[in-house]
Amino acid sequence: MSSLTPWQALPHAGAVDASSAVRPETGSWRTGLKPQVELASCVNCLLCWIYCPDSAVKLDGVTFDGFDLDHCKGCEICAEICPVDAITMVPEERAS
Amino acid sequence: MSRLKTLARREAGLPPLAGGHSLCQGCGIPAVVRTVLGSFDRPVVVVNATGCLEVATTRFPTTAWNVPWVHVAFENAAAVASGVDAAKRALRRRNALPEDQEPAVVVFAGDGGTYDIGLQALSGALERGHRFLFVCYDNEAYMNTGIQRSGATPFGASTTTSPSGLESLGKAQQRKDMTAIAIAHHVPYVAQAAGSHWQDLSEKVERAAAADGPAFLNVLTNCPLGWGHEPRIGIQVLDAAVETCFWPLYEVVDGRFRLTYEPEEMLPIEEWLRPQARFAHLLGPENTDVVAGIQRQVEDDWEALRSRCRESDRPMSRSEI
Amino acid sequence: MSVRDLQLLTGGEAVAEAMRQIDPDVVPVYPITPQTPIIQTFAKFVADGAAHGELVDVESEHSAMSAAIGSALAGARTMTATSSQGLALMAEVVYIAAAMRAPIVMALGNRALSGPINIHCDHSDSMLIRDSGVVQLFAENAQEAYDLTVLGTRLAERREVMLPVLVCQDGFTITHSAEPVALLADTAVRQFVGDYAIPHPLLERGHPATHGPFAMPDYYFELRRQQIAALEAVLDALPEVALEYEQLSGRGYGLLEPYRLDDAERVLVALGSATGTIKDAVDELRDAGEPVGLVKIVSFRPFPAAALAELLRDVPSVIVLDRAASPGGAAPLRAEVASALSGEGTRVEGHVYGLGGRDLHPEDVRDVFARRVGDYVGLRGEPCPV
Repeated sequence: MSSLTPWQALPHAGAVDASSAVRPETGSWRTGLKPQVELASCVNCLLCWIYCPDSAVKLDGVTFDGFDLDHCKGCEICAEICPVDAITMVPEERAS
Repeated sequence: MSRLKTLARREAGLPPLAGGHSLCQGCGIPAVVRTVLGSFDRPVVVVNATGCLEVATTRFPTTAWNVPWVHVAFENAAAVASGVDAAKRALRRRNALPEDQEPAVVVFAGDGGTYDIGLQALSGALERGHRFLFVCYDNEAYMNTGIQRSGATPFGASTTTSPSGLESLGKAQQRKDMTAIAIAHHVPYVAQAAGSHWQDLSEKVERAAAADGPAFLNVLTNCPLGWGHEPRIGIQVLDAAVETCFWPLYEVVDGRFRLTYEPEEMLPIEEWLRPQARFAHLLGPENTDVVAGIQRQVEDDWEALRSRCRESDRPMSRSEI
Repeated sequence: MSVRDLQLLTGGEAVAEAMRQIDPDVVPVYPITPQTPIIQTFAKFVADGAAHGELVDVESEHSAMSAAIGSALAGARTMTATSSQGLALMAEVVYIAAAMRAPIVMALGNRALSGPINIHCDHSDSMLIRDSGVVQLFAENAQEAYDLTVLGTRLAERREVMLPVLVCQDGFTITHSAEPVALLADTAVRQFVGDYAIPHPLLERGHPATHGPFAMPDYYFELRRQQIAALEAVLDALPEVALEYEQLSGRGYGLLEPYRLDDAERVLVALGSATGTIKDAVDELRDAGEPVGLVKIVSFRPFPAAALAELLRDVPSVIVLDRAASPGGAAPLRAEVASALSGEGTRVEGHVYGLGGRDLHPEDVRDVFARRVGDYVGLRGEPCPV
């Protein structure tokens, strides 16, 4: 269900099935900076992963695997908390 | 495997709380929720009181939740959870709930839905002994409605309904000791935790989950907007609460007190006040006595807590608890 | 059926018996006069192993309905009971129970709302939540309270309904008055109500869902319309369920009950125990040649407007007796009847009676038919037409 729906087509009691729910992309909240990682420095401590409010640190199994920029809001917590300063906030390329 | 990797492995594929919600940039709540739910080794049913977490994660027709989740109203999360727990018992009795499918009942409520409007339902549920974990994400005010004071708001904090001003120092009352209220219900497990100390919180969740009855976790959670700090330093701010002993980390298991973290040195309370705009009005030279009063209160409370922990090292009668 | 198959039961006891036979999974309870005998009788059944569900002694009525929602949506058949201030306290949650489509069956011992505080019967509590979206069925006596509880459980759980059902009985007049009641066999009730099933219970693995969302103006209206449709579905579902119940019990029910409407020129419309008194008065007046009758409303919500219009459109005079006032406006039942008959030639009038447990006597009913009462029946200081 991704468009405005007539009442007859709504789910029973408005209960939203997790498997078919609409999932907004919140990456547009960022205001010009995005996280970038120096992979060689990363020690895979996963602190950025647990503290990210938007679950925007991707993992491959239990290994750091980059950022989900569709959902990252640019709060910079990951850059601040990284114990080896492997993450910095860098300007985003603007689409023209 | 490290604890954090265990949590990560459990979350893999389908995180209980995913991205795509509209909680603020830098909100401290999701880390608490993910740590709590990731620390369960079995399925969960989440009961969520009205508040930031509920509103921002379930705007119809979206949802950020991948677990069974129910919201009814603001003050009744513990009562709703009581009903889910009773249903589990009833269905189990008539063999309609296979044991490997029995989910744990976890409540998330803010401080408003715990200390104030939620207090009655919580008290009743604790007294009746339902098997559930109640997690208060305590950010010390009604944040979702725009930063109004609650029973959890600390003395001297400026909120929109207890603003500092020419004739006001902010909230004039001390906050409730909600953890002590929970302890007074004689439930198997009560603890204080903080969003900054994920490992301490995770270990507490495991012990809470194993309790044969109600468990209550009071988790200090930052709010960049309401507390007045840059989102990126949220964890450091929470850390200051712990290191100044403003928010001790401890647990009470069957009435016995234990500190789970003791700072090497108690930092002065200014370390907690200074990074937050809600306390800025307290830090001028004209208010040094006010801050000194806060410092004394923190020290008194800390000493009282340490004393209870020492007492718990010896056998206690129920009347002493 | 012989007299031996009858038991002398109060309305409260009769409902407790129905609950024992239905044997719900979860029953949250909180005491308030005059429903307390229901929960006390049921609690004893549980203590003696005659009923097997979880009795949850909650700490307020607000928590009773909240726990009931949690339980019903978790996958457990759930019942409870309340009255008056208890219903008022849980009112916000009653609305939510309807919106969340929780098929909870609740016994309501109708009692006046404060203030002043009064423990006796009127219908103001039911009327407080008339817009909540729940089904409200009214019993005339203890037998009906029993029957409607069993029938109501089946109705609540119909797939196209899935709503809370309130089975209303007048406080004290029915809840505490003993009369002969015919009970069905335990097995017959169990078979009639069947197994409880809802879409995507919280305790079911494999289909996680988000229940009780936040809705903005782009969706709230449509979500509420869906809910209204479910309540309207009762207009067809109740007669179907009642027909099955009649085959089982020999007792028939409908959205309303016409009584001696043949060639009636003056017809009363009323709810609850007063309809029994009115039937007696109608019989006496008919014996004296008076063309009078009664329509007893069983389903107040949903209101059977079409069925009522069908019965009354050619009746010259309809008089509605309301056991609740709507200060500053039209009394609730009168408003429904007038709306149902608008456009017809029928003259609709109304009186308020019985607030705070003031009895309605047969002579009062005769006075109503004879137009010897003012707006408020039997009220001291009330001007009466001579």
